[in-house]
Amino acid sequence: MRKLTDVSEQLPNSKVVGAAGQSRRHESGHKHVSGEAVYIADRPDALNQLHCAVGQSQHAHAKVLSMDLSAVHSAEGVVAVITAEGVPGHVDIGPVFPGDPVLVQDIAEYLGQPLFAVAATSHELARKAVKLAKVEYEVLAPVLCVKQGLKQQHFVRPPLTMRRGDSAKALAQAKHRLKGELMVGGQEHFYLEGQVCAVEPQEDGGMLVYTSSQHPSEVQKLVAEVLGLPFNLVVVDTRRMGGGFGGKETQAAPWACICALLANVCNRPVRMRLSRSDDMTMTGKRHPFYNRYEVGFDQAGLIQGIEIEVNGDCGYSPDLSDAIVDRAMFHSDNAYYLGNATVTGNRVKTNTVSHTAFRGFGGPQGMMIIEKVMDDIARFLGKDPLEVRIANLYGGPGRDVTHYHQQVEHDQLGTIINKLVVDADYHQRREAVVAFNQNSAVLKKGIALTPVKFGISFTVQHLNQAGALIQVYTDGTILLNHGGTEMGQGLFTKVAQIVAAEFQVDIDTIAVSATRTDKVPNTSPTAASSGTDLNGKAAQAAAKIIKTRLIDFAAEHFEVGAEDIRFENSHVLIGKKELSFAELVQLAYLNRVSLSATGFYKTPKIHFDRQTGKGRPFFYFANGAAVSEVIVDTLTGEYKLLRTDILHDVGASLNPALDIGQIEGAFVQGMGWLTTEELQWNERGQLLSHNPATYKIPAVSDVPAEFHVQLLPDEPNREHTVYHSKAVGEPPFMLGISVWSALRDAISSVSGYRANPPLDTPATPERVLWAVAQSLEQQQ
Amino acid sequence: MTTSRAIRFLLAHQPIELIGVSPNLTVLQFLRAHQHLTGSKEGCASGDCGACSVVVAQLQNEQLVYQTINACIAFVGSLHGKQLITVEHLKQSNKLHDVQQALVDNHGSQCGFCTPGFVMSSFALSKKHPEPNREQVLEALAGNLCRCTGYRSIVDACMTPCGADEFDARQAQTIAALKAIDNAAALDDGMCRYYAPRSVKALADYLLKHPQARLLAGGTDLGLEVTQQLATLAHLVSLNDVAELKTVEEAKTAIHIGAAARYCDFTELLGKHYPELGAMIERIGSLQIRNAGTLGGNIGNASPIGDMPPPLIALGAELTLQQGENKRTMAVEDFYHDYKVTDLKPGEFIASVSLPKLKASQFLKVYKISKRIDDDISAVLAAIFIELDGDKINAVRIAFGGMAAIPKRALQCEQALAGKCLNQQTVNEAKVALEQDFSPMSDVRASAAYRMLVAQNLLQKCFIELTQPQIETSVVTYA
Repeated sequence: MRKLTDVSEQLPNSKVVGAAGQSRRHESGHKHVSGEAVYIADRPDALNQLHCAVGQSQHAHAKVLSMDLSAVHSAEGVVAVITAEGVPGHVDIGPVFPGDPVLVQDIAEYLGQPLFAVAATSHELARKAVKLAKVEYEVLAPVLCVKQGLKQQHFVRPPLTMRRGDSAKALAQAKHRLKGELMVGGQEHFYLEGQVCAVEPQEDGGMLVYTSSQHPSEVQKLVAEVLGLPFNLVVVDTRRMGGGFGGKETQAAPWACICALLANVCNRPVRMRLSRSDDMTMTGKRHPFYNRYEVGFDQAGLIQGIEIEVNGDCGYSPDLSDAIVDRAMFHSDNAYYLGNATVTGNRVKTNTVSHTAFRGFGGPQGMMIIEKVMDDIARFLGKDPLEVRIANLYGGPGRDVTHYHQQVEHDQLGTIINKLVVDADYHQRREAVVAFNQNSAVLKKGIALTPVKFGISFTVQHLNQAGALIQVYTDGTILLNHGGTEMGQGLFTKVAQIVAAEFQVDIDTIAVSATRTDKVPNTSPTAASSGTDLNGKAAQAAAKIIKTRLIDFAAEHFEVGAEDIRFENSHVLIGKKELSFAELVQLAYLNRVSLSATGFYKTPKIHFDRQTGKGRPFFYFANGAAVSEVIVDTLTGEYKLLRTDILHDVGASLNPALDIGQIEGAFVQGMGWLTTEELQWNERGQLLSHNPATYKIPAVSDVPAEFHVQLLPDEPNREHTVYHSKAVGEPPFMLGISVWSALRDAISSVSGYRANPPLDTPATPERVLWAVAQSLEQQQ
Repeated sequence: MTTSRAIRFLLAHQPIELIGVSPNLTVLQFLRAHQHLTGSKEGCASGDCGACSVVVAQLQNEQLVYQTINACIAFVGSLHGKQLITVEHLKQSNKLHDVQQALVDNHGSQCGFCTPGFVMSSFALSKKHPEPNREQVLEALAGNLCRCTGYRSIVDACMTPCGADEFDARQAQTIAALKAIDNAAALDDGMCRYYAPRSVKALADYLLKHPQARLLAGGTDLGLEVTQQLATLAHLVSLNDVAELKTVEEAKTAIHIGAAARYCDFTELLGKHYPELGAMIERIGSLQIRNAGTLGGNIGNASPIGDMPPPLIALGAELTLQQGENKRTMAVEDFYHDYKVTDLKPGEFIASVSLPKLKASQFLKVYKISKRIDDDISAVLAAIFIELDGDKINAVRIAFGGMAAIPKRALQCEQALAGKCLNQQTVNEAKVALEQDFSPMSDVRASAAYRMLVAQNLLQKCFIELTQPQIETSVVTYA
């Protein structure tokens, strides 16, 4: 085989429109604003279309003794009703471990769990019909509180411990010791487009599934399994989602399975969309956590040893909780060298909906405890918390290994913090905040800088693979498919930019299309911030294969050396000849050269042994830091974020505009998680905050008037990622922690920075006011 | 009664006549299911997220006024005599509208699902303020939730100045077409009926004959019975086309507001006379809600967490109620009997509300406490009317929302203050007295203990503001 042309991994300084490295608009931006972008609920009804709704358990834990569905059957418009008994294949659709019945078979394990499903002639009639069921229950005692579950060792998966050094000895020898605990609230995804799917029966008993899912291959597998079909008879299509955030990684599948079951029974197309309230009740959320620590440290605030316990409230089933609590454990160091550390993770079972993936995947909940530790040490020693944070950063010989024994390489946090402190004027502003507080009786300000170090890779090794399919047509246009899904993050744009850069053609000549299981098989979920790293590399590989074929052909056809062929500015330079890309493609076609190729990628270097708690789970780390300043009303607990400055490392950015959009959006979402977004269940296990009137995500005025986001300049990823970029989806979410820490700073000012009351999250005005009250008490 | 039982409006420039459709049909269902215009999205079906935002243009003083509403909770009857504009109508001759192009250029969409709603809010804003400032943008967007962007890019886009468009060019035609619609709106699909009389007399007569009909006065809460509880509203009578009930008048000693006047109609005047009330109203719901919701609706709905009754009670405002030709007046305070139970008799309706103006020695302090600053239901709403003679409290009326099953006065607390000197000791006694007035409940918005502590602290805050005005006390207005 001839040598490939030299494709530099440097971002090309290209004249073509939209190549990697440019701030190209989102591929659907113009369709978003005109209303022409088609979401699944916008698809026209198929002929004989039916609509699905599900009947829900009215108890959090109960044996279902009987279901009288006669009134449901005879309700207006109802065509079919199905229960678990009518499932021809697998009933259990647990994604990793069993535990998630598609419909309840015997025991309902949360209030809202689907018991049966209806297909009716309209969405409204289906929803009305399911209310007519008469269900007899034998009510069982529920576990509704993570602390109760922990006490009873009521787990969905066994506990795990990661250990480095001897934490007990280090604690015993440390000059100072502190203990603390923190309740970290969960979070509703609140994707603006709720769960939705449309299923159409095909020849041979197969199913075509349109779903708003981050994981089409999983939907394919589960639909096939509930129907007892071979996988090759099920095709899943996802063009775009109206937001995902992890909430459509496993949580989209049940509805597709239920629709497929009904479509199979009726031999008619069945679609379903969850009302907002049903969606919030029946789909998993970010895990609430109950975390505890005991830390030993010296007079400088340097950690000598630490014991951390993170307890994830998993809900009723394992879902992805094993990996989520693992990631909480992996990130319980955040950016800091822990010295002698023991980190234990428990997966507590409660009778609520099964909690699931959400941007950060447990990482944010793990980080919260160590950021609390930093604040607590600083207040104990009377230091600026930033000083303690900087002192404890990874770095230097002997201080570069995590509690799971991965070496921290290429850490950017020193550089980032130094620059951000200057750019955001941190020290002068802290002085100004302290001065303001001395003269302000009611309002108090707080400021905090918090860093993020976030591990990139699925911690389940086999998921770190991706495929792509590139097809070049004879007019020189390109059709691009890959295993990643578009949920707004701009993945399709970035991957198209990579292909544009490889072929040196304008991005307008590259069509992106729906993610389909019949185009690229056996894909991983678009999750773990990995979408571009994996699929971008796979698409690049596919492009390189076609490019190599074109070069080989042109070299032979025009009798020039391969090294004399260059792709440039939508043209191909072949020795002294110049052809447009389309002309070369046509010539290649006439000479019977294959113009489509699949590409494949798997992440190198990674491994982790859960038995020993040792390995290199992450290919690399993404870094960033934020400074936030808040003002708090000490009479009401109300507060406002005044200013945020962010400096974030995305390596060599594939698209600075999209990356900044990810950072801003993630920060605001992280802030919402820690401030106004409060999930509440009542004593029956019923979710009370089940609509946007009771669950408050950030609105436009919650964003600070001064909001400065910068990308760390001139720092390409030292690992060999696509064009040396870095993943950006999740890491900046945790920059929101700076707001929580700033609130604690403001509250602490009430006691002259002597008291440091706990502030569980979300830090609603109510929790802030209680913390203010405690701060005042401790002062007296 | 003579009506042609039809709803007539313009869909952009196309005349639409609806006959025989369900009066429970929402504007969003009409667009998506009947017209296959799927650009407007359903995000919540409760008027909280704004993904369904559409613009309704209507004639006011011979001018077209463009306003956003939540299509998901508005019934089609509310479109009668108006122009409905959706995201599909903005792009002309394959060219994006300025507000659309600005969103693209500023990278203001990510998943794109909320985007049509933002486009319409930006479009309506551009009609009111072609070169808006940040504050105007924030007000316009407060009812549009985005989960992806963090809003910065959207705010930047909406601040981009905007040129004239197709709707400006066709204004004269639009006005003429709307003026030609002069029947009273009515719908009947055999199961449900809807009627929107155009005079008080017609309304009063109709209600005497049909006392069971539900009053629709904005519908920003009533609509949820259909979209959330899946109820069927069999008989609706709308106040929204009764011009006499939409008046906002300033008299010598009072302000008179018709029951069907919307928040957007009276906020400015109330803000002039009661600045804190005006500022609070700007935090009620969202602009979409305030473009539809009415004062009479908020009062008649009798929610314990409605934001208008407490300040009305504190001011000593009076209601005029009408049944047939009989009118009676009563204090807002006396209107509420129990949770969702009012003094309204069958066939009776709220006609207007009168608010006494303040004298120089009188103050109205209003505090809205919620988790989120914008578009959030109050955990506690406090309204304090106080008349001072030097430091002596001549008169005081305090009313709270969120502290009891009805909007309620704090009579013990008032007693602790009335006639006393305004000092810390008096305020401390008033705080203690508040515990005799209220036993608030714990719910999803706040605990009972927080409600009580905040209510007490709001007395403290009021005291500080009245006696030490140099101290800054509000994070909401802090910039």
